[in-house]
Amino acid sequence: MELEVKVAEPVAKKLSLVDYKTDYHNDWCPGCGDFGILSAVQMALMEMQLAPHRTVIFSGIGCSSKTPHFVRVNGIHTLHGRSLPFAIGAKLANPDLTVICTGGDGDGLGIGVGHFVNAGRRNVDFTYILYNNGVYGLTKGQASPTLKLGVKTKSLPMPNINEGVNPLLLALASGFTFIARGYSYDVKHLKELIKQGIQHKGSSYIDVLQPCPTYNDINTKDWYGGEDRKDPATGKALPRVYKLESRGYDPLIKPGTSDGEIREKVNLFLQKSMEWGDEIPIGVFLKNETVSTYEERIHQRIKTYFTSPPGLRRIADAQGRANADLSAFFAELQVT
Amino acid sequence: MILNKLSWMTGGAQGSGVDSAANIFGRACTIGGLQVYGKREYYSNIIGAHSYFQVRVDEKPVRSHVDTVDMLVTFDEETIFRHYGEVVSGGAILYDPELISTSISRVPTLEEEITGRIEKELKPLGLPSTVEGILKLVEQRGVKLYPIPFGKILDELTAEVGEEVATRLRKTINTMAVVASMGMLEFDFDMIVKGIESQFKGKQKVVGMNVKAAEKAYEFAKRDYAAQFPWKLKKIVTDEKRIYLQGTQAVALGKLAGGCTFQTYYPITPASDESVYLEAHETFKLSDGADGHEGSIVVVQTEDEIAAVTMAEGAALAGARAATATSGPGFSLMAEGMGWAGMNEVPVVITIYSRGGPATGLPTRHEQSDLLFSLYAAHGEFPRLVLASGDMEEAFYDAARAFNYAEQFQTPVIHLVDKALANSTQTCPMFDVQQVKINRGKLVNGEILAGNGGYKRFEFVEDGVSPRAVLGTPGAIIWNTGDEHDEVGHISEDPENRDRMMEKRMKKLETADKLIPLSERVNFFGPSEADATIVSWGSPKGAIVDALELLEAEGLKVNFLQVRLIHPFPVDYVTGVLSRARRKIAVEMNYSGQFAKLVRQNTGIAMDHLAVKYNGRPISRDEVYQSVKMIMTNPQSPRKVVLRHGA
Repeated sequence: MELEVKVAEPVAKKLSLVDYKTDYHNDWCPGCGDFGILSAVQMALMEMQLAPHRTVIFSGIGCSSKTPHFVRVNGIHTLHGRSLPFAIGAKLANPDLTVICTGGDGDGLGIGVGHFVNAGRRNVDFTYILYNNGVYGLTKGQASPTLKLGVKTKSLPMPNINEGVNPLLLALASGFTFIARGYSYDVKHLKELIKQGIQHKGSSYIDVLQPCPTYNDINTKDWYGGEDRKDPATGKALPRVYKLESRGYDPLIKPGTSDGEIREKVNLFLQKSMEWGDEIPIGVFLKNETVSTYEERIHQRIKTYFTSPPGLRRIADAQGRANADLSAFFAELQVT
Repeated sequence: MILNKLSWMTGGAQGSGVDSAANIFGRACTIGGLQVYGKREYYSNIIGAHSYFQVRVDEKPVRSHVDTVDMLVTFDEETIFRHYGEVVSGGAILYDPELISTSISRVPTLEEEITGRIEKELKPLGLPSTVEGILKLVEQRGVKLYPIPFGKILDELTAEVGEEVATRLRKTINTMAVVASMGMLEFDFDMIVKGIESQFKGKQKVVGMNVKAAEKAYEFAKRDYAAQFPWKLKKIVTDEKRIYLQGTQAVALGKLAGGCTFQTYYPITPASDESVYLEAHETFKLSDGADGHEGSIVVVQTEDEIAAVTMAEGAALAGARAATATSGPGFSLMAEGMGWAGMNEVPVVITIYSRGGPATGLPTRHEQSDLLFSLYAAHGEFPRLVLASGDMEEAFYDAARAFNYAEQFQTPVIHLVDKALANSTQTCPMFDVQQVKINRGKLVNGEILAGNGGYKRFEFVEDGVSPRAVLGTPGAIIWNTGDEHDEVGHISEDPENRDRMMEKRMKKLETADKLIPLSERVNFFGPSEADATIVSWGSPKGAIVDALELLEAEGLKVNFLQVRLIHPFPVDYVTGVLSRARRKIAVEMNYSGQFAKLVRQNTGIAMDHLAVKYNGRPISRDEVYQSVKMIMTNPQSPRKVVLRHGA
């Protein structure tokens, strides 16, 4: 039943933005913050000229998890909360793939939070873009794990009884080695964050502030933009969101950095990641280059891991028989 | 003299070296050309609770344990309290004479039910509730008692090797007990040394210490007791290449042979041994590896079983032959993930080591109660294959074949094994990797269509199996979704598409039913015409095959149908066999006769009798023999016979 078509890699031609778009109908609400993130993803992929067949976007369940259907690279729309283990499995099977996860805050920090924490411990080379809007949109606006205590968005019958989790702090504690936050209405800035995340060797987490115009009437585009607090002198809005890089924040931890310096960096990270309300920083919070990737750790033990990884290794000889030579293992068990 | 036919048992506190001691016995026997079946029972505990090993030895293949023990080898009191009732008249109990005054109340790990049962037995006879009382009781029943003065032997050793070394020698008391039994059996001492060497491979000091202790114990028992003891073991020469292994190793090796390159797991008894073995053997040679290629498997310990199954699926999407191994509780967590693989036609292999359920159940004990669950787990309808292995050899070849099925039919494959198989040890003829054929089904390489977007992962095709590209294939962009989808893989709720997609997926079961040869689906044992037909699946196979010999020797005509591919069910064949069968008996290790239900569902034929067992202990040859004989000879036999043996 073997069916094999032999060919060379397609001749590389420069891909334009349209090559990264599908014509699959997008059913997000008008004005949804997801559109900005989708554009940023498509632009980042195009600017990096990533080969669509070697790029995979995994997602979970929810509005934002429909993203893979709108991007013309491999798209694996998985189960609620499970995009990370799917993605990690694919990356470990073929480390040549560029692997990206997209999903919402309920998906990643509610039902899937166990995978989030454990992904950080591994530091597999992939990028996780989390669309953070504080609500479960597709099920009509319940409170998500990032909604703050006491906040009552419009479809909640009562104010939120749980405290919200700080995803940046959780990402740090879990071990993500690239941590950033973007804003879905600053597409260019977000695109750069995504490119940096993809380029970073290790697990990248990009938290994206993404207003849900339908269910979150508190953290709206106007609120992030400071439309409620105009400068009395100029009459202009005073945006809540500001860029870390504009204030000289340096997220980089280079190899060879001393433990003391690392602790100082982490202290700054803590302070910045806890700012909220009137001042909300976006940008790169951490870029730690001192931690080995999971793939490198495998390679330490399996010398042929990168040249014949699990997804590409030959498993049969020319006659179609198993090619594993297990004689050494059988010798351990042999008695006569 | 009873030559080369023995049921032997040793036991002790977990962590005290019972396993090592029993393995020395098993290995010595197998190196001496004898065949062995070993059964291991243990508690969900690290140190202190009672575990025991029962080993059957013969010149011909042994596939099961029996209910009786010819030789009970003890070095603690608890083993005597728990197992005295199993020793046959004329059989032996080896014990430490320093323990005889130990009272039953001094053994905190004995359950109240057990102490109650023992006291009820001893009191009417005026015997004390001590080791001595027990020994007197069994002596009246014809059991022979052989005190092994471990203290005295240790004193002698101390005189020879000095105090410092002797302190360490105390750790070898279990080895001494086991080797004393071999002295009584007059087994070749060289084989014992080889057994010790093979058990403690690479630890020269430990080997030396154990051999030293073994010499003394062997000498003593042979000199003082061998003449009175009728059982003997004698080494035989065989040309057959044999291995001695446990079930988890058989499955692990089968996976490696079958080209499994990615395995995930979350720690769980009794499945983890397989993954740990794989990780310890993660690199190996390839038969065609002259060009520098090397064989390897990546083993990932995940955060839970949800991640285990979904990570394996991710790897499968990228082209790996991927698997996970778990037990019932873990499989419960995998249900949703497996459904996604069904929906997206992902080849993934799930090995289930079934154990006593429900909930945590009997975590270290045996049961076959996950059969129907494995058939129906996960919501919605999708095709899956379920295969169940009956012994080590089948477990090896089935584990390899499962990947062919998964890729040929692009769907999850469940490989059902169980605790009894996982933890038994057995001599087997050497497995042959060259017999393992690799069939990757409709896997497509290279450019399928010029340019992007032409490839349809879920293309409608006659046999339901669409050409499968993996992530990273040039020219193929793949979309998957857990939602119902169109041929490309985008969400579609169109009713017409739904019908076609549902029919395409389910068609693969018919395709599998057509393509998988009968030889991979069933085994049949015994005469074609018989007065009773046993129907079973999984690890009871060994006990049933062994029992057939006993039944046949008594002139009872019995045959045995073992179903290996549970789903798709071999309907025609089973219907054929059962419509000719006179008295139909299902043997299985669960309460409700799950397999009997399945047979009836598929063939319309009801079993006349069920012989079931659910006390957590595997079925023995004797239990099969006795229950089948009773059903055949006693017209008053109940429809459901419950087997209750086991300690």
